[in-house]
Amino acid sequence: MKIEEIRADFPILGRLVHNKPLVYFDNAATTQKPQVVIDALVAYYSNLNSNVHRGVHYLSQQATEAFEAVREKVKVFVNARYSHEIIYTRGCTESINLVAAAWGRANILSGDEILISAMEHHSNIVPWQMLCEEKGAKLTVCPIIEDGSLDMKALAELMNSRTRLLAVTHISNALGTINPVREITRMAHEKGIVVLIDGAQALSHMKVDVQDIGCDFYAFSAHKVYGPMGIGGLYGREELLNSMPPYQGGGEMIKSVTFEKTAYNELPFKFEAGTPNVADVLGFGAAIDYINGIGIENIAAIEHELLLYANEKFSRDPLIRIIGNAPEKASLISFMIDKIHPYDAGTIIDRFGVAVRTGTHCAQPLMDSLGIPGTIRASFAFYNTKEEIDKLMEAILKVEALFL
Amino acid sequence: MMKIEESSSTIVSEFDNFDDWMDKYNYLIELGKSLPLIEDKFKVESNLIEGCQSRVWLHAEFDGNCIHFTADSDAVITKGIANLLIRVFTGHTPQEILDSSTDFLNDIGLTQHLSPSRSNGLLSMIKQIKMYALAFKTKQAMG
Repeated sequence: MKIEEIRADFPILGRLVHNKPLVYFDNAATTQKPQVVIDALVAYYSNLNSNVHRGVHYLSQQATEAFEAVREKVKVFVNARYSHEIIYTRGCTESINLVAAAWGRANILSGDEILISAMEHHSNIVPWQMLCEEKGAKLTVCPIIEDGSLDMKALAELMNSRTRLLAVTHISNALGTINPVREITRMAHEKGIVVLIDGAQALSHMKVDVQDIGCDFYAFSAHKVYGPMGIGGLYGREELLNSMPPYQGGGEMIKSVTFEKTAYNELPFKFEAGTPNVADVLGFGAAIDYINGIGIENIAAIEHELLLYANEKFSRDPLIRIIGNAPEKASLISFMIDKIHPYDAGTIIDRFGVAVRTGTHCAQPLMDSLGIPGTIRASFAFYNTKEEIDKLMEAILKVEALFL
Repeated sequence: MMKIEESSSTIVSEFDNFDDWMDKYNYLIELGKSLPLIEDKFKVESNLIEGCQSRVWLHAEFDGNCIHFTADSDAVITKGIANLLIRVFTGHTPQEILDSSTDFLNDIGLTQHLSPSRSNGLLSMIKQIKMYALAFKTKQAMG
């Protein structure tokens, strides 16, 4: 497939920013949407809009079928055993909060430990902190080593008899590190520790197989996988999901209600109170179809090539310091330009029409531990090109000329 | 001492000389680099204005009549903005500062070209300057 054809699928890539063609390198924050995803949203509201699981009328049944068909698609996409192991949520953050609230409140006791890593996004820190505060439990943090990889030795040592849960990211949004989640899960399970993987960054870059990883929970967002914002999912092992109390109360999650007692619905509806976000679920389905059409292996190959190209370009500039050089890395580069503050650099780079992220990437503890105020992050998607990386380099040279 | 309106219109005309955005930034960067250093003892937590991306310290001293500001930031562009604000507001009475307008920032395209979000701390700095003015005015009134 030609790059021009791929780019033509994403209408936003044709726009100008500051009178220059947009170069979108903020894919780790959110990916752009192909026309088929945008069309799916319009098509739903134009032809299908009705509440799911409730009506006997034709529209409601059609919408329900479409809604549940996407659950099946997601199941296949992450290779879960059953489609009822896929819970729709607002996104990765809500998925993690769901586990913290439902599984955590029922299972974490005073004196227990929850283990996370130093490279976690705030959304995989704060829900656990809140849970620990509520329960009198302790949050322990596995450090990273110099190159931005997880300190596996420390991780093994931190898994002790008090550790109830390990919550770790599949791919670091700030460093690009791909964690060996399969091995980590095996280590944790040997000690009876429940494992949650934050998959926000992973789904768009690689084939994710939750059965192969073996994890208990896997959280993800659609908007980072070319789908709409406001929709995501939680994979949970059936046994665990069944044993958990509900997350929120309301319609849909109940089997029967009296003022004395409510019987909860079965999976996955037990965790999906209220009218769901049907349109965005269908958009998510369109995104999965689109990715499957291109092939996640092809996407991974294109992105890897972009990463190598950018690495090569960056390493030729002695002023650029790449933050995070783990051997297994996703297609993003976090970097600093000499002593220039990322905010200063980002402000100028933006004027070239190049969208990069600057700052702490919602990982303040990580930046503190690295002793830097933040980084500039360029994250690539398969619709990006080497020419675009050249434009970023041009902007970087301008930054150097201005500030040094 | 120039009136607040005079120094702000001087700044507007300085920026009017630049057609190109890059020249505007160049000038801001120069202003950032030339911002007089704040005394280290004032670079403390209590003087910190939490912007989203860069840290800004703003210190104010009141001589009984006028307020004198010093500032610093870890980002040069932010320091340049701080320099502009100090040029306009330092050496004025609390009442003058409270009565002043900050329209000049629109006129030089700062609020437009630098994102109006919390990222550059510009709005927080202005708010803090006005807060200082209000606090010193209250102090003055109470004798």
